[in-house]
Amino acid sequence: MNILLYKVALLLYLVATLLALVSAVRNRPERSSWSMTALLLAFTVHSLTLLVRYLEAGYTPVTNLHESLSFFAWTLAGVFTLVNWRLRMDVLAVTTCTLILVLMLFGSLIPMQTQPLNPALDSFWLPIHVGLAFLGNAVFTVAFVAGIFYLVQERMLKSKKFSALYYRLPSLETLDSINYRCLTFGFPLMTMGIISGAVWAESAWGTYWSWDPKEAWALITWFLYAALLHGRLTVGWRGRRAAIFAIIGFLFVLFTFLGVNLLLPGLHSYSSMAG
Amino acid sequence: MDIFVVGLSHKTAPVALREKVAFAPERLAQALHQLAALAPLREVLIVSTCNRVELYASGPDAAAGSAALRDFLAGYHQLPASELNGHLYAHQGPSAIRHAFRVAASLDSMVIGEPQILGQIKTAYQNAVEHKTVGLILNRFFHKAFSVAKRVRTETNIAGNAVSVSFAAVELARKIFGSIEGKKVLLIGAGEMCELAARHFVNNGVDRVLVTNRTFARAEALAREFSGQAVLFDNFPDHLHQVDIVLSSTGATSFVIHPQQVQQALRQRKNRPMFFIDIAVPRDIDPRVNDLNNVYLYDVDDLQGVVNANLKERHKEAEQAEQIIEHEIGQFSSWLQGLQVVPTIAALRRKVEELRQAELERTFGNLKELDERQRRAIEAMSAALVNKLLHGPTQRLREAQKQDQAQPYVDALQQLFELEVGLADEPLRTLDEH
Repeated sequence: MNILLYKVALLLYLVATLLALVSAVRNRPERSSWSMTALLLAFTVHSLTLLVRYLEAGYTPVTNLHESLSFFAWTLAGVFTLVNWRLRMDVLAVTTCTLILVLMLFGSLIPMQTQPLNPALDSFWLPIHVGLAFLGNAVFTVAFVAGIFYLVQERMLKSKKFSALYYRLPSLETLDSINYRCLTFGFPLMTMGIISGAVWAESAWGTYWSWDPKEAWALITWFLYAALLHGRLTVGWRGRRAAIFAIIGFLFVLFTFLGVNLLLPGLHSYSSMAG
Repeated sequence: MDIFVVGLSHKTAPVALREKVAFAPERLAQALHQLAALAPLREVLIVSTCNRVELYASGPDAAAGSAALRDFLAGYHQLPASELNGHLYAHQGPSAIRHAFRVAASLDSMVIGEPQILGQIKTAYQNAVEHKTVGLILNRFFHKAFSVAKRVRTETNIAGNAVSVSFAAVELARKIFGSIEGKKVLLIGAGEMCELAARHFVNNGVDRVLVTNRTFARAEALAREFSGQAVLFDNFPDHLHQVDIVLSSTGATSFVIHPQQVQQALRQRKNRPMFFIDIAVPRDIDPRVNDLNNVYLYDVDDLQGVVNANLKERHKEAEQAEQIIEHEIGQFSSWLQGLQVVPTIAALRRKVEELRQAELERTFGNLKELDERQRRAIEAMSAALVNKLLHGPTQRLREAQKQDQAQPYVDALQQLFELEVGLADEPLRTLDEH
């Protein structure tokens, strides 16, 4: 049942992407409510998917790669819907929806069945730790998308060469303030995600920190965002530099999430390909 | 009944000719009445602006009507017809409708999307209404043209981006700062262009203005005008960090703003972005300023480049507008045809009924021995024959109307049966009936 719902949500994300694309190409921002409605609908169906899977499996569905991808896509859809509800940025919507679509497609190509829960994960910390971490990831993904378009538009304004994209992008100030907002929400989420993981580790394994690859990479990523936040608040790092940081930060987020799972074995290896 | 137009515009005629055929506002009334009195024309309207002179009319015969318009234009302005040859365009039917819609929607303007032309056509229409030279068809026609223009304006981005240098600067500032409300502007020098651009900024929400000039009195005068503050020319670099937008147009022969000064200002303002507009020739601001992060420098050529890019974007939007117009032409011509379909059918029936009555009278006059029953049978037979004969063509005509193809049938019927056809009194209902 949850797999069928997953496919429906995937289809609805596709619809939202296409509607956003049409709206962006035709540059009719007042039509973007169609794609936003489709995205909201997709998000709702996706929420239902997770709920049904939770009921069917009996645990929070964030324990293998399929579930993680699905959960990441879900948080991203939710966060972006919030950010874009008032701003209506079609180009950003196309990009974010495409990212969601890629995550969902990837998630549909690997084993999707529910499995008996690994006893190590049977804890009330599971939804808290994973929920905070992915929410932070989703917020940083939005900052990444805004960062890319900040750089693109900044280049056009500097070089004075304007493509069709220029007429479809929000102002530099808007893109930079998304960067800042995402940082102020994403950084605490990530921090709490790491701390909750440490507390859980202490209660499960008797040690707060064991330097497994995921922990190490998460810490590196955390330092990166900490540096950006510090720079923004004290010396006024903004604009181009903040955008570049957001892009690099996202690459680290992605590696911490996927790269570590797929390449580096460790304590967090529940969600490798094998499931 | 057809709509047709004869005229010339900036695309077909040089200004030397356009000014010769322009209608002065004070003589427009007289011209309208003279034009309306011409036999082949039912309704007339004159559009006369510096970029175009156009005569619109409706009448039963487009060819004769267009010729009358052409002759009038030459005759009224006492020009030999040869002088207008090659500069005039004439449209009729759907092509005239397309032309009017495109003109009203500003697709035919020198600067595509400029808003004045719609106002000018509205005035021309008002004049025609005042002098009662427009009726059912042109009334509806121009109201439709106005609504098409409005649709184009709201559904496409045709008037979306600035096509003047000073407004392009305001739009760039919006792209950089999001909103320019509450931003602070520094005016260096007091050129006319500089003042105009500053006024654009103030009108669009900038509320704090600093002015500096080598002649302090001039700076003070200009500052008063913008209720701003004057600063000494030697001190202006100290104020650089407070301002978001700098407009410069001094007569200086070397740069008055250097990258080091801007870098210093940026540090003081924690890298909040700055927008420099250099309107001076030779330039006032060292172009290397543009290489600094969070700083954007535009000189006159750059601004002109923005305007050109915007114009290109407007041309792209115009393609969408053309689609809207094609759709609306279809709607309007089917209304125009609908005006004639029902009256043509009615006229045809009337004509045939008259013939039938006349023939019956003749037959009954010759055959006095017929009794009441036989007379009634003959009458019924003739009525049935008429109905059967007319049923097919009537149906065909109504079907053709639904597909916008009634015009040739209407014309053929009117000519074959020599019908005198008026217009339907309530054209809207005739459209909706089918």
